[in-house]
Amino acid sequence: MTNKDFLKLEGKKSGISMDKIMTIFCYVALIAVVILPVFMIIYYTFWDGSKIDFEMFRSVLFQKENLRAMKNTLIIAVFATLFATLVGVFFAWLLGRSDIPMKGFMKFLFSIPFMIPPFLAAMSWDMMFSGRGGYVNKLLMSLFNLANAPLNINSIPGIIIIEVVYYFPFVYMQVVSALERMDPTLEESARIAGANQMYVIRKITLPLTVPAISSGVLLVLITSLSNYGIPSMVGYSKGIFTLPTMIVELMNRSGGSFVGIRQAAALSIVLVIVVAIALVIQRRLLTHGRYDIIKGKSMRPMLIKLRGAKIPLLVFSLFFLTLIVIAPIVMILLVSFNRAYGLPFTMENFTVMHYVNVFTKNAMVKDSVKNSLFLAFSAGAICLVLGTMLAYVIYKVKPKGGTILEMLAVLPYSLPGTVMSIGCILAWSGAFFGISLYNTIWIILVAYIARYLSYVLKSSSAALQQVHPSLEEAARSCGASHYEALKDVTLPLIKPAMLSGFFLVFLPCMRELTTSILLYGPKSRTLGVAIYQLRINGQINQAAALSVITILLIIIMNNLVKYITRDRRKL
Amino acid sequence: MNKIELNNITVRYGTNTVLEHFNLTVEPGQILGIVGPSGCGKTTVVRAICGFIDPQEGTVSINGNIMYDRAKRINVSPEKRNVGVVFQDYAVWPHLTVYDNTAYPLKKHGVPKDQIRPQVEEALRLVNMSSYHNYMPSQLSGGQQQRVAIARALTSSKDLLIMDEPITNLDAKLREQMLVEIRLMQEQLGTTIIYITHDQEAAMQLCDKIVIMQNDGSIAQIGTDEEIISNPANRFVFSFVGVSNFLPVIKQDGKVYLDYDEKILLFDEVPAEYPAADRADIGIRPMDIVFDETSPVKAKIVSAVFFGNIYSYFIDIAGNEYRVQRITSGNEEDEKYVEGLEIGVRFLNCKYFDREVKN
Repeated sequence: MTNKDFLKLEGKKSGISMDKIMTIFCYVALIAVVILPVFMIIYYTFWDGSKIDFEMFRSVLFQKENLRAMKNTLIIAVFATLFATLVGVFFAWLLGRSDIPMKGFMKFLFSIPFMIPPFLAAMSWDMMFSGRGGYVNKLLMSLFNLANAPLNINSIPGIIIIEVVYYFPFVYMQVVSALERMDPTLEESARIAGANQMYVIRKITLPLTVPAISSGVLLVLITSLSNYGIPSMVGYSKGIFTLPTMIVELMNRSGGSFVGIRQAAALSIVLVIVVAIALVIQRRLLTHGRYDIIKGKSMRPMLIKLRGAKIPLLVFSLFFLTLIVIAPIVMILLVSFNRAYGLPFTMENFTVMHYVNVFTKNAMVKDSVKNSLFLAFSAGAICLVLGTMLAYVIYKVKPKGGTILEMLAVLPYSLPGTVMSIGCILAWSGAFFGISLYNTIWIILVAYIARYLSYVLKSSSAALQQVHPSLEEAARSCGASHYEALKDVTLPLIKPAMLSGFFLVFLPCMRELTTSILLYGPKSRTLGVAIYQLRINGQINQAAALSVITILLIIIMNNLVKYITRDRRKL
Repeated sequence: MNKIELNNITVRYGTNTVLEHFNLTVEPGQILGIVGPSGCGKTTVVRAICGFIDPQEGTVSINGNIMYDRAKRINVSPEKRNVGVVFQDYAVWPHLTVYDNTAYPLKKHGVPKDQIRPQVEEALRLVNMSSYHNYMPSQLSGGQQQRVAIARALTSSKDLLIMDEPITNLDAKLREQMLVEIRLMQEQLGTTIIYITHDQEAAMQLCDKIVIMQNDGSIAQIGTDEEIISNPANRFVFSFVGVSNFLPVIKQDGKVYLDYDEKILLFDEVPAEYPAADRADIGIRPMDIVFDETSPVKAKIVSAVFFGNIYSYFIDIAGNEYRVQRITSGNEEDEKYVEGLEIGVRFLNCKYFDREVKN
C-alpha cells in the first residue's frame, strides 16, 4: 500500500462513525419513549392551554375522592409491606436457617406467585372470598352455620391480604439469599461467646440481613403503591379506589376531554411524588445499614434445630402455602371447568365448553392472544436491540452524558405503569409531528418498550462489563473492522445475557394489565385486558379458562428460559 | 520482518502527559524489549503502534509506510496495520475453539479457504499446541491460552509481533520455558518482536536490544543487556536492573572519600569517570562489596541470611545499611561472617552518578 491509499482511508474515516450513529440513535429513542411522555404529563398538569396553572393541580390534590384514594393507597401499601416483610423474613429464616423438612418443595411453591400475574391472583381470591358469593365463604358458612360471610375480600383489609400473599415472596427471595451467603462464623462466634439462640437471631442474624430486608421492603412498597391489578379486581365493585385505579377511572370518565385528561395527569404526578418519597426514605434507611460481611462465596450456614417445634411449624407452613399458593390456582382451574359461576363443583357441572367458547365464539379473545404474543415478541426484540445498544454506548463508547442516558433508560422502571401509560397517551395522540398512535397496538408497544427497556439494559450491561476491551482490540489487530469485531466477538459473548434479557421482557409483557388497560383500542386488546373484560361482562368462567391458558403459556416460557440458561452454563 | 519508527510521539490523557516527544526505532528481525516500572507508558507506546490510541503529536510508520501522522491527518485503522498482538490477559476469545481463534485473522485477511488449515496447523505447531485444535479456551491452562494467543498473533502477522507482558501471569517455571520458545520461534521466522515487560530479567534473557523507560515516559537507555549492565546510563537504570547500593562520595585533594560525617578514605586516585561535581554517589551491586579484613573501610554485619548458593547480608557503615551478597564457599569461611562482626569491606566495579538531590 502506498501513502495515497492511506490518505484515502483517512478520507473515509471522516464520515460519522458507527459509535456516533449508535449514540445518537439511543438519544432519539429515549427521547421518544421516555422524555416526551414524562414531559407531557408535567405539561398537561401545569399548562391550561394559555398559561401556567397550579390551581388545577391543587384542586385535584384536595378533591375528596382523590384524598380518599391517596389514603387508601398509603394504608394498603404500608400494611401490605409490613406484613409481607414479616411473613417473608419468617419463611426466609425457616427455609434458610432451620432444619425444617421439605425445603425443596416449599421453595418450589414460593416460585409460583412470581409466575401468576397479580390481577389473576386477585380474581381468584375474589372467587373464593367475595362476600356471600365466594366459594370458600359459602363453604365455611354452610359448615359452621354462619349467617354472614366470614371474610369479605372486597375491602381494604382484603386488598392488603392479597398483596401480602402476593408480595411476601419478594422479601423472602432477597432475605433467603442473604442468609445463605452469610458467613456462619459470625453467628458461631456469638454462640461461643455465650449468647443463646434467640439472642443470636435478634442481635446478630437479623441486623446482618437488614440490607436485604430493606431492599425487599423497597420492592414491595413501590410495587404496592403503583399496583393496579389487585385493587381494581377486588376494590372496583365496592367503590374502593387507590391512586392507580383512580387515575384510570379519571381517564375513562374524561372521555377524551381536555380537563379530564389534565386531572388524570395531575393525579399521576401525585402518585409519582408518593413513590419518589418512598424511594428517598428507603435510600436513607439503606445507606444506614451497609454491611460487607455477607460474602459472595457460598458457605454452609449453621442450621438451627427446631426440635419439638418442627412438626407444628411444618404443618403450619404447608397449610399456609397451600392456601395462598395452590388454592388460587385450583380455584381458577375449577371455575374454568364449571358450567356456570356459582354452581357447586360436581361432576355433572363439569364442562370444557368455556375453553372451546373462548377460542371459537369470541373474536376478542383470539385477537388478544395474537396481540399479546405480537406485543411480547416485538417488545422483547426491540428492547433486546435497543437495550444492548444502550449498554454498549454507555459502557463501551462512554460518550459525554452517558449517565444521563442510563438514568433516562432506568427512569420508567420506577415510574408506575399507569403514569407511563398516561404519558404515552398524551405524547403519542398527535402531539408531536402529527403522529397519533392512540387506539392502536403501537402505543402499547411504545409503553412496553419504555417500561421494560431497563431489564435488557441491566442484563446486557452486566455481561458487557465482563467483556474485557482487549478481546475487541485483539479482533481489531487480527484484521477485523470495528463492526466485525462487534459482530464476531462482543455480540456472541453477550448473546446469552441478551437472550435472557429478551425473556425478561417477554414474560411480563405476556401478562401485562396495568399499561394495556389504559391504552387498548377496539382492535388492540391484550390477554390481560381480555380476561379483565370477560370478568367485568360476567363471563367469569371464560375469564378463568383464559387465565389458565395464560398461566400455562407463562410456565412454558419460563421453563424455556431456564432450559436456555442451563445450557449456557454447561459450555 | 518489519522496521518500526516512532517519531516525536506525544500522548496525553487529559492533563496527564504519558509520552512526550518519544522517538524509537525497531530494526527488522530484532527482538526489542521495552522495560520500565508499571505506569511508565510502555503499554501506551505499543497501543500507539497498534492504532488503539491516537497520539496528540507525531508519526508512526511500519516498514516505511506511514500508519499515523498527526500533521498530515493520516490514521490507518488498527485492522489494516498488520500487527500481531499478544495481550497481557491473553484475550483468547472464550466462545471460539483453539482452531477458530487461530484461524480468525486469516479469515479476516481474506486468505483462500484451502490455505487456512495448513497455516493454522503451522502456527499451532510452532507453539506446541497441535493436539488442542478443538479445545475451548476454558479447558486450557493459563500457559496454554498464552500459546494460543501467540499462535493467533502469528497468523495475524509473521512480520511484526507485539507482546505486552505476555508471561507475567504464568508461574516461574513456565515463564522460563515460554521465553526459550519465543526465542526459538523468532529464530525460525525472523519476526520483528516488541516485547513489553516490567521484568528486566526476562527482557535480558530474551531480547536483542532493550529500551529502558523511566517513570516520566522518557527513554533512559537503549542497548544490549551487556551494555545496560556494564554501562548504565544513569542512576535509574542502575537501580532498575538489579539490587543496588548507593554510597555518597566526595572528591578531595585528588582522593575519593566516603562522604559521611566522618570522611573515610576510599580510593587514592580520582577515576576518570568521576562526575564534575565534588560530591557524587557510587552505585554498587551487592556482589561487588567484598569482605576484606585489610580494608580501612569498616562495617558491621547487621544480619546474615543463608539462601543455599549465596549468603545475603545487611551491613552497617557509619549508620547506613547496605546489601551484600557472597557466593557460598562451602568451607569454614561461611561461618566466619556472623551477625555483629566488625569487618573491613572493599568496593569493586563502582559506578559514579551525580548526587541525587533529596527533598
